[in-house]
Amino acid sequence: MSISRRKFLGWFGGGLSAAAVSAADTAMAGGNHHFKGHPDTMGVLHDISRCIGCRKCEEACNRVNDLPKPEKAFDDLSVLNQKRRTHANAYTVVNRFDIDSKPVFVKKQCNHCMEPACASACFVKAFQKTPNGPVAYDESVCVGCRYCMIACPFNIPAYEYDDAFSPAVTKCTLCAPRIQKGQLPGCVESCPKEALIYGNRKQLIKIARERINKYPNRYIDHIYGEHEMGGTSWLYISNVDFSKVGMREDLGITPAPQLTSGPLAAVPIVVGLWPVLLTGIYAISQRKDKVAAEEQADAVASAKAEADEVMKKQIANVKKQAAKEKEAAIKKEVKIALEAAAKEAEEKNAETPEKKEE
Amino acid sequence: MELRSRISLRPLITPFNIMLGIIIAMGCIITILRFTGGLAAVTHLDDNNPWGIWIGFDLLCGVALAAGGYTTSAACYIFGLKRFHSAVRPAILTAFLGYALVVLALHYDVGRPWRLPFPIFWQQGTTSLLFEVGLCVFLYLSVLFIEFTPAAFEWLGFTKLRTFIVKLTLVLTILGVILSTLHQSSLGALYTIVPSKLHPLWYSAYLPVYFFVSSIFAGLSMVIFEGSLAHKYLHHKMDETHQKEAYGIVLGFGKAASFIMAGYVAIKVIGISIDNNWHYLFTDYGAWFLLELIGFVALPSFVYAIGVREKNIRLIQWTSLWTVLGIVLNRFNVSLIAFNWQLPSVERYFPGWMEIAISLFIVAIGIVAYRLATNYLPILHEHPDYCHQAH
Amino acid sequence: MESIFYTLQDFMTHSKGITYLIMGGILIFMPLYWLFLTDRDEKKETY
Repeated sequence: MSISRRKFLGWFGGGLSAAAVSAADTAMAGGNHHFKGHPDTMGVLHDISRCIGCRKCEEACNRVNDLPKPEKAFDDLSVLNQKRRTHANAYTVVNRFDIDSKPVFVKKQCNHCMEPACASACFVKAFQKTPNGPVAYDESVCVGCRYCMIACPFNIPAYEYDDAFSPAVTKCTLCAPRIQKGQLPGCVESCPKEALIYGNRKQLIKIARERINKYPNRYIDHIYGEHEMGGTSWLYISNVDFSKVGMREDLGITPAPQLTSGPLAAVPIVVGLWPVLLTGIYAISQRKDKVAAEEQADAVASAKAEADEVMKKQIANVKKQAAKEKEAAIKKEVKIALEAAAKEAEEKNAETPEKKEE
Repeated sequence: MELRSRISLRPLITPFNIMLGIIIAMGCIITILRFTGGLAAVTHLDDNNPWGIWIGFDLLCGVALAAGGYTTSAACYIFGLKRFHSAVRPAILTAFLGYALVVLALHYDVGRPWRLPFPIFWQQGTTSLLFEVGLCVFLYLSVLFIEFTPAAFEWLGFTKLRTFIVKLTLVLTILGVILSTLHQSSLGALYTIVPSKLHPLWYSAYLPVYFFVSSIFAGLSMVIFEGSLAHKYLHHKMDETHQKEAYGIVLGFGKAASFIMAGYVAIKVIGISIDNNWHYLFTDYGAWFLLELIGFVALPSFVYAIGVREKNIRLIQWTSLWTVLGIVLNRFNVSLIAFNWQLPSVERYFPGWMEIAISLFIVAIGIVAYRLATNYLPILHEHPDYCHQAH
Repeated sequence: MESIFYTLQDFMTHSKGITYLIMGGILIFMPLYWLFLTDRDEKKETY
């Protein structure tokens, strides 16, 4: 019984996804979970050693995406004298690097990362890593904030700065519509040297590994995109150092969403704890004010009470004094009155004996 | 409690006002260019440098310098420091105008400003720190607006409404501190996604903490700085309380800022040490980093301290301007100078004159709005009808 | 709602989405809980 390659790949994919499900089920916690990506992700392998810089891929991309024709035609190889980057409506470019006086050509386009920085950065979810592989851009929600362009470590997304009314972000789409129809991406189909192969990402890594092992003197022992930034769907093998052909080797393997997961995790903690902290500070400062006010009131009251006491004592003294003086005055008056009465009585006595003698 | 004349007796045609008028007129023209010709017609933005001074200055500096609102109201209502009360309304006004102008500036920068409500109301990119910034700025602008309304209601005579909102002061203040913590830090966190593009001396996992802490002393310094300008040019609108409390506010805020800046220097040094980035200090960018940290944070912190110790108000006021410039330098460094540091100089960004003109235009609108508000509303003085009601 | 997340990005989109909703709930719940907690305190004099 012969098994068609398609069926085999289908079973293979199915088995892998089953394994992924069981693996995922056993370790769903965010803390230590390792995400393996969609099991059937497709990709492209770019063999830099095979590229001749003919720019047919650029021409095909322009054609299948209905992009406006550029100033210089695609068969004009003089453009390779300048280093170019992707641009609004130029989803891919080929650059030439002269290394040891030999030209090396590299094609650059969106790498369709396994954990895209653009998707992580987009605040309106305009980017989505589709299960098939392409990182899709939804122009219908894009606000044009361009944070995706800041975030992309490969500097791929471009912007239609000239457009005042409907500017969009532009980048390679991995020809998702063509793939749905069973066709190859435009660039892959047009490459005359098979420097581009489209297939299942895991398969492509195997093929790349095999090629490196078979020709160890030809290839650098590294598959670019296998782990960079958490892995990309577009993979590269090369006959020269990647850093010499404009590909950064210092990006690390941490995927972009993980870089921001720290700050993002702190956000809800602030919301949970700040109300408690701030209300607590408020309550403590209110209490301090209250206690201070009470202590002040106490101090005022006791000072007042003391003053009252002193006042009372003084009044009592004054009263005593007044009473004494009054008594003394009364005694004096009584004495005077008694003396006056005694004197009167004496005078009367002196009168009466004269009347008796007659 | 005498009510000062509502209409300013100062002449309208002054050299400064003429300059403002020119800036505003130019801004209107450039606005038309921007919305008919697109960003390319007005800016030097390109594919390698998608964010320029409209983000680096208008958004990042604008938000940092409007932080006086939450710091002052927290000091007065949460920490209970009532002697700062007269600084609250001016600070809230500045913050409200500041954030409103940030939103205005965003309308110039994003490609489709009419879609700005999308991330909040249509499709939420919850993994994005920019979503976090947008949501919090939106909510905080609402909070600031509500906090601002009592001043307007007093002027309009809506007593019941005014009293109702005043009752909400504490809740609004706490919510304001929460939202401010979140968006000030998230603005820094925006750059955590690009370690490959931001120079190691500025890139750190602590970026959110750096931005939040620096926003505190940015706000405190702006209150001192604006207070000194108000004292000079809006003196006739200030009542006795405002004039009396000003001295204590300058001293108190200067003291707080000094100490917080010292803490900030400490955590910046920790950031270098924890990533073992000492060797970068000996490069050109290292010299620039030290200029920012020592020349525009450590030194002003020390001079603030001298001003506080000697009760030298002038010195503290000049230092507040110095500190504000330091904040601007830091935000510029993170977003424009240390960002894309590895690109060859031909590919680096420098703003176009029209970009700068729009930024000045937005500042000019802020100044005009601030002056209008302080002239008509009880911001720098208490409204005679509400003098004795606690707020 | 997915039962399995293949990418960290998808996982975070899901988890952060729920987290933001919970944050909104907390901001509503806490003031109400504070009112409940301080309901029977001695009233502070306000003029």
